[in-house]
Amino acid sequence: MTAALEVRGLTTRFDTRGGAVTAVNDVSFSVEKGRILGLVGESGSGKSVTGFSIMGLIDAPGRISAGEVLVDGADLRALSDEEMRKMRGRKVGMVFQDPMMTLNPVLRVGDQMAMAVRVHRKMSKSAALDEARKALETVGIPSAVERLKAYPHQLSGGMRQRVAIAMALLHSPSVIIADEATTALDVSIQGQILAEVRELADKTGAAIVWITHDLAVVSSLVDDICVMYAGRIVERGTAEQVIGHPRHPYTKGLLDSIPSLHAPGTPLPQIPGSTPQLSRLPQGCPFRPRCPRATELCATPPPEVTVEGQTVLCHHPLERS
Amino acid sequence: MFGYLVGRVAQAVVVVFVMSIIVFVGVYAIGNPIDVMIDPGATAEIRENLIRQYGLDQPLWRQYFTFVGNVLQGDLGRSMVYNTSVTGLVFSRLPATLELVLVSVTIASVIGIPAGLYAGYKPDSIAAKLIMALSVLGFSVPTFWIGMLLIMAFAVELGWLPSGGRGEVAQFLWFKTSLATTNGWEHVIMPAINLSLFKMGLLIRLTRAGMVEAMGAEYVRFARAQGLPDRQIVFSHILRNISIPVITVFGLELGSTLAFAVVTETVFNWPGVGKLIIDSILQLDRPVMVSYLVMVVILFVMINLIVDLIYARLDPRVRLKGGS
Repeated sequence: MTAALEVRGLTTRFDTRGGAVTAVNDVSFSVEKGRILGLVGESGSGKSVTGFSIMGLIDAPGRISAGEVLVDGADLRALSDEEMRKMRGRKVGMVFQDPMMTLNPVLRVGDQMAMAVRVHRKMSKSAALDEARKALETVGIPSAVERLKAYPHQLSGGMRQRVAIAMALLHSPSVIIADEATTALDVSIQGQILAEVRELADKTGAAIVWITHDLAVVSSLVDDICVMYAGRIVERGTAEQVIGHPRHPYTKGLLDSIPSLHAPGTPLPQIPGSTPQLSRLPQGCPFRPRCPRATELCATPPPEVTVEGQTVLCHHPLERS
Repeated sequence: MFGYLVGRVAQAVVVVFVMSIIVFVGVYAIGNPIDVMIDPGATAEIRENLIRQYGLDQPLWRQYFTFVGNVLQGDLGRSMVYNTSVTGLVFSRLPATLELVLVSVTIASVIGIPAGLYAGYKPDSIAAKLIMALSVLGFSVPTFWIGMLLIMAFAVELGWLPSGGRGEVAQFLWFKTSLATTNGWEHVIMPAINLSLFKMGLLIRLTRAGMVEAMGAEYVRFARAQGLPDRQIVFSHILRNISIPVITVFGLELGSTLAFAVVTETVFNWPGVGKLIIDSILQLDRPVMVSYLVMVVILFVMINLIVDLIYARLDPRVRLKGGS
């Protein structure tokens, strides 16, 4: 069976004055129907750019320079701008980080949703509002009819994010990309929404790419994990594999620095240094300057090593414990 | 809402009161109107009579309170020069200015707002850069100079349009306007364009700035992620957001153009209120100056009120409260 979303060798560059920067470098992954993939990394690792590249929403000076994005087997990159626009919202939906900013403050929720319905389906406004109401009910919004008449500022943050998720669900897309969709919310609301997203994936069969910097969040939600560093996927595997037995030193470092997974009373380890500037990446493995296991060998491009479906891009991967 | 309106009216009363004092004292300090008006050969007796007739022999504070008392009874006084009531004088000039301003703000908006939208939508295009360069000219080149150039080109050299004055008027609904005749339009179009250039430049820059900001906004990205076409994003999502600052400036510009279209009215010899106030200042016609400026203040307060009401209509987050 073909995956709902398959990304092959995706490469996105930004042509800046200081030279071309490769924000997404040869990224490949696939997500089956009803599965959730966690795309994890620090700020600047290229995870959001990957999301926008899949959506075809990269603006100049950025451009996708190579790769394929297959949704239900069809390559989105072969489409014209107009054809791609018709895919957005209908086949691939997206939810953004800040629910305060993603809804238009001066339009009623219902009007915004009806617009999103009618752009892909010819129907009367009242029929579109009815679709919107159903979508709101799907994501667990009580008294949906009143919510449709509300302006975004009259809703709480969690409610707004639910509205945004409902908007992404309007046309039952095959793929939903959620970019830090719960990062701006309270922890309790976060938990609720994560549970709902899991249920939605199971129920609707949508393939979900969950982009986040928060490994603790994804561990409870996702089926598979891709860890990104400096534009590349450095480790890929099932959630149990990556969280339980990380093989890339970077993944290990990320996991060690999660407070809740750490023994209380001892200092929290952290990865030294910070995300490298993409315009000045070191030779070979980009993680080399921060890596405790780095050797001279690491100045050459790291090989891809796969053991039991867990792939790691490293000269010296950690042993499987 | 009611509290808000009451607050606004109270505010207006204070502003008008303070303004009237400033203008009254200021005009008093400029000079003695009698010196300007009277024939230098007149006898001392005639001079004394005239001074007493206008109440200029009274101390300043008493003159002021007499004026305020008259205003409260609805009498803004009589012009010293035209010897007619100030109210009648202003209202006889107002239609000329209104039609000029109406035509000019229409030209400015119809050209300026779409041009600004385009310049903000495609900021790197050559057309956008051209629009921006022209907008700089629009509000940095002096109005009187452009006015004179227009007259040179279209009236003197080409002879297409009259060089100045107001054309024939005809009855339209309740008042006589030159916009109801072809000849009137021939007269109004050149001064109106002249008057519109500054506003057009301002509207272009303001609309462009709003557009550029909105294009990078998250809600626009989200709308694009839903597959909305750009046209719909601009007209359904963005326009309403950026109309808020545009309307503010539009309101203020409307007020100041109505009140001070002086330069254009002078260059084109347009018989409007701007010309009236300039003539009054030259002739130290104090009642006209003071009353006119009081009316201008009321006009501004009213425009601001309307702008606020439009705000509340456009942006659901705005709540009109009483007081300030």
